[in-house]
Amino acid sequence: MQAKGRVFKYGNNVDTDVIIPARYLNTSDADELALHCMEDLDADFVKNVRPGDIMVAGKNFGCGSSREHAPMALKAAGISVVIAETFARIFFRNAINIGLPILECGEAAHDIEADDTVEVDLGAGTITNLTKKRTYQAQPFPPFMQDIIEADGLINHIRANLR
Amino acid sequence: MGMTMTQKILAAHAGLDSVEPGQLIEADLDMVLGNDITAPVAIREFEKIGITDVFDKAKIALVPDHFTPNKDIKAAEQSRLLRTFAAEKEIEHYFEVGQMGIEHALLPEKGLVVSGDVVIGADSHTCTYGALGAFSTGIGSTDMAAGMATGRAWFKVPSALRFELTGKPGQWVMGKDIILHIIGLVGVDGALYQSMEFSGSGIAYLSMDDRFSMANMAIEAGAKNGIFPVDDQTLAYVKEHSTKPYRVYEADADAHYEQSYTIDLSTIRPTVSFPHLPDNTRSIDEVGNVRIDQVVIGSCTNGRIEDLRMAAGILKGRKTAKHVRLIVFPATQAIYLQAVREGIAEILVEAGAAFSTPTCGPCLGGHMGILAEGERAVATTNRNFVGRMGHPKSEVYLASPAVAAASAVTGRISDPALLEGKE
Ligand code: SF4
Repeated sequence: MQAKGRVFKYGNNVDTDVIIPARYLNTSDADELALHCMEDLDADFVKNVRPGDIMVAGKNFGCGSSREHAPMALKAAGISVVIAETFARIFFRNAINIGLPILECGEAAHDIEADDTVEVDLGAGTITNLTKKRTYQAQPFPPFMQDIIEADGLINHIRANLR
Repeated sequence: MGMTMTQKILAAHAGLDSVEPGQLIEADLDMVLGNDITAPVAIREFEKIGITDVFDKAKIALVPDHFTPNKDIKAAEQSRLLRTFAAEKEIEHYFEVGQMGIEHALLPEKGLVVSGDVVIGADSHTCTYGALGAFSTGIGSTDMAAGMATGRAWFKVPSALRFELTGKPGQWVMGKDIILHIIGLVGVDGALYQSMEFSGSGIAYLSMDDRFSMANMAIEAGAKNGIFPVDDQTLAYVKEHSTKPYRVYEADADAHYEQSYTIDLSTIRPTVSFPHLPDNTRSIDEVGNVRIDQVVIGSCTNGRIEDLRMAAGILKGRKTAKHVRLIVFPATQAIYLQAVREGIAEILVEAGAAFSTPTCGPCLGGHMGILAEGERAVATTNRNFVGRMGHPKSEVYLASPAVAAASAVTGRISDPALLEGKE
């Protein structure tokens, strides 16, 4: 699976309250959530994001609440993959479970800048910075998680196994 | 290699003799929890699986506590989804408004979690039950759906950090101060993917309510869970609240910890987390002059009876400062009733508090006390992220109920010890 897009870059500890503030959680409609994605941190994000764009951030991305609405909102807003130095663990689970690709790579997280164009090969875990002409290698997923991703999310994985 | 308490509980629930950090396992679940924000998403996912029944009607808890009593029409629709699903699937532990409380205070109180359990909840503060010597952790809605269907969940066995607690905390130091101090020490990602294992002779001085508020905030250090050893106090609590069978697990003497910290409780000062991260801590002696507009006492961290007693002890015969709004929300109906019976409610209302029915309310900026632009609150809650309690340009300072109550009186962040004698 390939993704290619322009980069939105943020710092450390991007928390779930800024990804999608709780005041909008009285709905679980992904498209409605996407309208408010990141607005407390970057009011122009929703206006500027295009389908396929890539988010890059520092440490502990997605820390805070367990709201699956956070990866849902990012995905519905058009983000194709999130690259971070590290992810908070519940966000990490949720992203895999709903099929939002994420990659952990400190080098890429440091090096890539806002508005760079980046290409990602999820199968191989390679990240190519087309603007800076550099390639970074992320940790590939363990086989157990690859199964979930290949089944297109945890629910489909379970449905297949229950049959 | 020896195992930590967490590793032992996980091994037992995965049917394995031993596990190692990093190992992927599937474990049997003793309880699966969801609320009015996360369960609606889980219910929709559950329905996609295409089975009719949940794995065990007695092992699922649905608690509409976040936007309830329903704050608006959309919230009402979400709550109705829970209610209908609970009725249809005959879920035993569904708690309607009037019986409902904040989930992480409610589940232990109702005896739904005991020592040795494995619990997942679609809420990040599910780690609270580590106070009982259970393994509990927050997960997302899809995991909750899978858990309701299969009674199992996948976990990566965590490595561990040990916190050896020694000494006796001072008069005004509560569990909250200790955990804020620890988060300040290790940072908001200091325990990422790891378990925080508390041990040591200092634990004997911590009440169950102290331990609940400490385990509650393990997630604020990025941890998968926080866990306390089971002692006489734990067993007394479990026996008082539950008839469920419990199991006591102890860490092996040669268990491996990535790092060990020794924390002398007698040296900890009341501690405050400044905006906008829980690890931005300062001792009460270093806070300076911070004028506040609102004080919130409650939440799954500090809405228990001892928290309210502490606040009432400080506010008795005193008044909330003129420019401060004091909002108190007991975590459960039982705590509310006890506060009424003990005269705590009366003291707080006389001091000028708005005394609320149990709800998450202002803790997540939901309702019942939202901050305007530029306003500052001292809160006994657990997160002070940008916009957490309202306007993105408002500020939340995290503190104990003692500091919060003292601050309500003076109108600025204050040391409860300095209030003595100044009526
Ligand atoms: S009180 Fe606050 S932290 Fe606790 S469950 Fe409710 S919203 Fe979450």
